Amino acid sequence: MAQPAAKSEQMVVLPVVARRDFRYVVVNWFRELTLVPVIVVLMIAGALVDPIFFTPSNLINVAEGGAALGMVVVAESLILLTGKFDISLQGTFGLAALLGAWLIAPKASEGLGTEWSPALGLLVVLLVGLAVGTFNGFLVIKANFNAFIFTLAVSILLTGLQLGWLGGQTVYNLPAAYIYLGAESWFGVPVAVWVTVATFAVASLFLRYHRIGRSMYAIGGNLEAARAAGIPVDRIRIGVFMVASVLAAVGGLMQAGRVTAVTAGQGSNLIFGVFAAAVIGGISLDGGRGRMVGALTGVILLSLVTNILTLSSISSTWIDAVDGAIILIALGLAKVIGTERV
Amino acid sequence: MQRFSSTGPATAPATVGEAVGVSKSFGETRALVDVSLSVRAGECHGLVGRNGAGKSTLVSLFTGLIRPDQGGITFAGAPAPSLADRAAWLARVACVYQRSMVVPPLTVAENVFLNRPVAGEGAVINWKRMRVEARELMLEWGFDLDVDREAATLTVEQRQIVEIARALSIGARFLILDEPTAALEKVAIDRLFERVRRMREGGVGVLYISHHLEEIYEICDRVSVVRDGEVVLSGDVADIGQARLVGAMVGSAPPRRATEIEAVDRKGALGDTRLEVKGLTVVARGGSVRDVDLSVRAGECVGLVGLRGSGSSTVADAIVGLLKPRSGSIAIHGVVGYVPQDRHARGFAPQLGIDENVTLSVLRRISRRWGLVSFRKRTQIAEAEVARLQIVARALDQPVATLSGGNQQKVVVGRALAAEPAVLVAVNPTVGVDVASKEALLDAIGQVRDSGVAVLLVSDDFEDLRVCSKLLVMVRGRIVSEFDEPPWDRQRLIAAVEGLEVAV
Repeated sequence: MAQPAAKSEQMVVLPVVARRDFRYVVVNWFRELTLVPVIVVLMIAGALVDPIFFTPSNLINVAEGGAALGMVVVAESLILLTGKFDISLQGTFGLAALLGAWLIAPKASEGLGTEWSPALGLLVVLLVGLAVGTFNGFLVIKANFNAFIFTLAVSILLTGLQLGWLGGQTVYNLPAAYIYLGAESWFGVPVAVWVTVATFAVASLFLRYHRIGRSMYAIGGNLEAARAAGIPVDRIRIGVFMVASVLAAVGGLMQAGRVTAVTAGQGSNLIFGVFAAAVIGGISLDGGRGRMVGALTGVILLSLVTNILTLSSISSTWIDAVDGAIILIALGLAKVIGTERV
Repeated sequence: MQRFSSTGPATAPATVGEAVGVSKSFGETRALVDVSLSVRAGECHGLVGRNGAGKSTLVSLFTGLIRPDQGGITFAGAPAPSLADRAAWLARVACVYQRSMVVPPLTVAENVFLNRPVAGEGAVINWKRMRVEARELMLEWGFDLDVDREAATLTVEQRQIVEIARALSIGARFLILDEPTAALEKVAIDRLFERVRRMREGGVGVLYISHHLEEIYEICDRVSVVRDGEVVLSGDVADIGQARLVGAMVGSAPPRRATEIEAVDRKGALGDTRLEVKGLTVVARGGSVRDVDLSVRAGECVGLVGLRGSGSSTVADAIVGLLKPRSGSIAIHGVVGYVPQDRHARGFAPQLGIDENVTLSVLRRISRRWGLVSFRKRTQIAEAEVARLQIVARALDQPVATLSGGNQQKVVVGRALAAEPAVLVAVNPTVGVDVASKEALLDAIGQVRDSGVAVLLVSDDFEDLRVCSKLLVMVRGRIVSEFDEPPWDRQRLIAAVEGLEVAV
């Protein structure tokens, strides 16, 4: 660092202390944890709806249901922070898991019949994610396509491929290694939950402590200033698209493992829940604002709502409507309690 | 890289940045012609000139955004790095623009060290260290700013501090301040000057660009005046009187009209007061105003003259209701027609035809029962405005986006006039239009004034003022002087607009 020569005698040299002002810390955490009261209320409601709610097996069920969603929420949040978004994550969520399963499952269970080893299948899942992310990233960032319409088109294409390939069937009878992530448990908790929690933690630390993580906030907050500071703006944004799609593909693998099959409809309509969780969790659609802790509370809230609605006697045809209403209420609460959200 | 850490000017002060005989043309326009200018370590060098004189081109050359056609830029005696090497430029020179280069969601400390590791830091951010270093930096330069604050909550003044601190910490010792006081309050300006003095003591060279000449006299050691792309005057501030400075800016040979601005001499036929503003106070981004009084009578055209940021356009926005006044009263008798400042943002719907645009303000009048629009009436009104303003177009339904700038502006004025207003408020109505359109627009405004409309013309283009019968000059949100009797003395008017005592 340069040594400025302004240290004249009359200047009192105060002791320099790295002291954080607790006001900012408190305000920031308050902002992140806005949804906690809502979650508490929901848990009480759940307990009233059905005593089964508070049993360990049901709570694990909630967590398991949230795990796959959570992976895609992390992915979407990373992209939102840099000021873009990607609708096709739901397509990747379905298609990547499907292609892997298709290549390893025997013909009898709707596979291609090549019966590749599960390891190769897993590799294919990750590669599909990487390929879609690269494609989206380059065309949205470099070719400057509008992120909304472009990734919407890609999403429709991917979902269509999924449906076309399978002809509406389901790939089943998958090898244990392929469904390990979604089907196995460590210490009584599904592996998928561990992985999702770890992903949230890593993403959170990366965003706070890594130079690229901070650059992402700078890019989303003021693109021109980030560019002027010499941040490789485009490279980072494309990279974020790639990472996000890989995360979405892993999320799809969790879902496949959970139901031990890949359906032709896996991933459809998932993205609405993803956006809802991220936004009520405080991730700004304008970019540059929000934290992973908040997004996690959003995922927990949505998973609880889904679970309670399932437990309750509400007819399944009404669940979507109630779901939507509850998201609206959560948005309203977040707006009232939190600052500068939504 | 050379460092300027010695405080005593034992030898001749070194230059931190110098332009040597630079020229730059854009197409046919010669923006800069053989300009030489140096900024020494520890000095504040003022750069003044009217809009379009070439100041911003010079700044672009100094910051490496463009390359000179001839001549060269040096920093501390060494030639400038290549244009592609942004990091090298950032380490030598920084410009604090009016456009903020601060990232709102990040803290002050993060903004200062944006994309740069602090000592001993790799890819992982050492928050503690970064805060300590940012705090040390603030203390060293005497900046009073909490480094943990989120930049979104900062004032304009504090954002400037962040940008200055960022530049200093990268190692730049050549700082360009581009109209830094435009959005600042008086006390904030004093604090800014204090910081500039401090940086001067620390060996930083400052190129200070301002429209407000009294600031030049307060803070600068030397001053250079650019006019039409050339440096016409340069020297110690102490040796250059205000009259000489204004003279250099304006030029001795008056361009088109004499030193006096021709204006209408029409009194007598004035009617009732149509627009009356009392004690108007507005807080606004584009320039706040305080305690503004003015009145316009039927058949009168009052010119409100001020630089960008002086608050003159804020007054217009408040009169037409786009800005909410904090206090004061605005009384309007009759309908107001408005010609907005930014014709692209507020002026017209580009995909619609001339006829639809012109009649947007009178849709109620041209509709029949159940809100059906009468095409016949629409055509009538549009034809009348096309004739009045001499709009050149193929057809009435030609999309306005396909017209020339001058004709687009005529459509905007036509829309305001179609409403048959009692009061017309026009902000820079002739900006960016060709000479013929300018004449047509001004003639039309003159005609409506003669027909008994009260006109408030907000402009910083002196040629617009020929249709005015009275001028009010605004500086920093207040009306500072009034010119009642045309014709007006150009020198005195410029001095007033630039915020100088009228002492010529």
